[in-house]
Amino acid sequence: MTRKPFILQNPSVLIVLAVLAVFTAAVTAGSAAYGSGVIPTSMVKVLGKTLCLALAAVAMDLVWGYLGILSLGQMAFFALGGYMIGQWLMYARTETIVAASLAQNPIPATPQELQDAVTNQIFGVVGSADLPLVWSFAHSLTLQMILILLVPGLLALVFGWLAFRSRVNGVYLSILTQAMTLALALWLFQNDSGFRGNNGLSGLQNIPGLDHVSQATLSVWFLWASAAALALFYVLAAWLVSGKFGSVVRAIRDDETRVRFLGYPVEGFKLVVFTLAAMITAIAGALYYPQAGIINPAELMPIASIYLAVWVAIGGRGRLYGAAIGAVVVSLLSSWFTGGRAPSINLPGYVVNWVDWWQVALGLTFVLVTLFAPKGIAGIFDWLGGVLPPRRQGRDLGPNDGAFQEAEAKA
Amino acid sequence: MSALLEVSGITKSFDGFKAINNLSFSIDAVELRAVIGPNGAGKTTFMDIVTGKTRPDAGEVLWGEGSRSLLKMNEAQIARAGIGRKFQRPTVFEDQTVAENLTMALRADRSPFAVLRWRPSRGSQARVEDLASEVGLAAQLARKAGELSHGQKQWLEIGMLLAQEPRLLLVDEPAAGMTLAEREQTTTLLCRLAETRAVVVVEHDMDFVRRLNCKVTVLHQGAVLAEGSLDHVTRNPDVIDVYLGR
Repeated sequence: MTRKPFILQNPSVLIVLAVLAVFTAAVTAGSAAYGSGVIPTSMVKVLGKTLCLALAAVAMDLVWGYLGILSLGQMAFFALGGYMIGQWLMYARTETIVAASLAQNPIPATPQELQDAVTNQIFGVVGSADLPLVWSFAHSLTLQMILILLVPGLLALVFGWLAFRSRVNGVYLSILTQAMTLALALWLFQNDSGFRGNNGLSGLQNIPGLDHVSQATLSVWFLWASAAALALFYVLAAWLVSGKFGSVVRAIRDDETRVRFLGYPVEGFKLVVFTLAAMITAIAGALYYPQAGIINPAELMPIASIYLAVWVAIGGRGRLYGAAIGAVVVSLLSSWFTGGRAPSINLPGYVVNWVDWWQVALGLTFVLVTLFAPKGIAGIFDWLGGVLPPRRQGRDLGPNDGAFQEAEAKA
Repeated sequence: MSALLEVSGITKSFDGFKAINNLSFSIDAVELRAVIGPNGAGKTTFMDIVTGKTRPDAGEVLWGEGSRSLLKMNEAQIARAGIGRKFQRPTVFEDQTVAENLTMALRADRSPFAVLRWRPSRGSQARVEDLASEVGLAAQLARKAGELSHGQKQWLEIGMLLAQEPRLLLVDEPAAGMTLAEREQTTTLLCRLAETRAVVVVEHDMDFVRRLNCKVTVLHQGAVLAEGSLDHVTRNPDVIDVYLGR
């Protein structure tokens, strides 16, 4: 056995990267800033955001499809990443505006006056005059970028350590992750949490220092950044699950007890994957919210994380490209159907309005996929590639679960 | 020769039922031992306690030259210290290939970051191939473990145990579900393994135990009832009473 390079062992990685490159080039060519302009800037933003969601789905697949933890709190990390970058975006931009208006005063403003004015601008809406402690680093892009990794990473580490150490598993762990994101959302909703309560952070689409760059151009830049992040972390995730580490992680998913008796520290592996996935999700969030322009605590409600799980399930969990495809297809379809542009279906006596019925259709699809096509959309690629599960029809040939069955033995 | 495993005075009760009652027991570093006893004698609970799955209410379990207490360690640490366990039902990772199963079991650093850096070498591949041929699965390396027959899964699990290179091997009913020829093979393998390490076999089947031709410990109601050669214990009137007489 000779060892092939990583890329050759995983041709799907190459295909995903190629598709991503072609997609990015095509959108750039159609954008208003760099091409013909057939794709409006708002659409470029939607596509850029979709790539960020795909990245979050890839991270979710690491946690769910490979490690076997159905985390229903992944979007907490996504939103935390958004809040961290949002703090700098909002602070730095407000500072520029306030500084410009104070510059017209006959007496130059002191740094303290400047900061007070900025604080007043940002927090006046929640009736606060002091800069909250959590905004101490908001003036520095570098520090906030470090926080994008540090805050969600630490949250995942502490939460995971507590949960995995007490061997909480299965549905109880899912409920716990959901409780985590709900608790965080409820805390952020409070005005005195220091994150502007239910107003959230806004104006994030304006990048301080880049006022001269139009939104059309910025949207393409963010699309590139999102595509680059997706490519980078897709390769990282594929590498992570390819070798012996991936083998152990999948073994933990299938039989945790047995892995313990092999001598592997199961909790350590879970912590590494969970924390890494949280940080990847946070980076996706940090790229998403400047394109969305606004973030508020509603983004952390459990429903957002449940959507993520639905995308991954429909796309095909346990396949990284499945998760990415699921996120892209389902989130784009969702925005089309709920955008009011999908034609209604006229039934005798009732008009099916997609804005009302899309959620029902999505829920039904989720149930059907789980029941009848557990491999999701990725299963189509398996089918095309000729990877078929053994046909288990026919009578048992032996007394045990693992024994061959008539039809298989013949083949 | 000093004992490799020293179990002294352990007691464990489940809801008032004493599964293990003041059990003391010791295994030498190189020894083959059969543990027999009727259902509910505490055989499995004993294994659970040694491997860290269950904590005893009282007593001490000491391991190795330094007499380290196993009770302070978790399952993974105990496994890394050199205790391997073969379950009654074959438990292999069905979604992964035979080669992947064996590679995972190979003796190596088990910490997450060490595993992340681990790359297959010529040596590790040769070792996997050797192990596979030793358990008769050389031709199945690329197949998924889930496609193997029941007997082959048993062998794969034994191969994984060998890969771990344990100093003490706990084997739970190895003969269950095996054909006569496979039993013979298993007996030979267990005897050969016991030449270099301690092997404890928990078994129901008297014929199988007779073939192992080793020291036997009879458990009854969570305590040792008799110990010695099979002929010696089968002449013991207490043993005849509770176990063989039935």
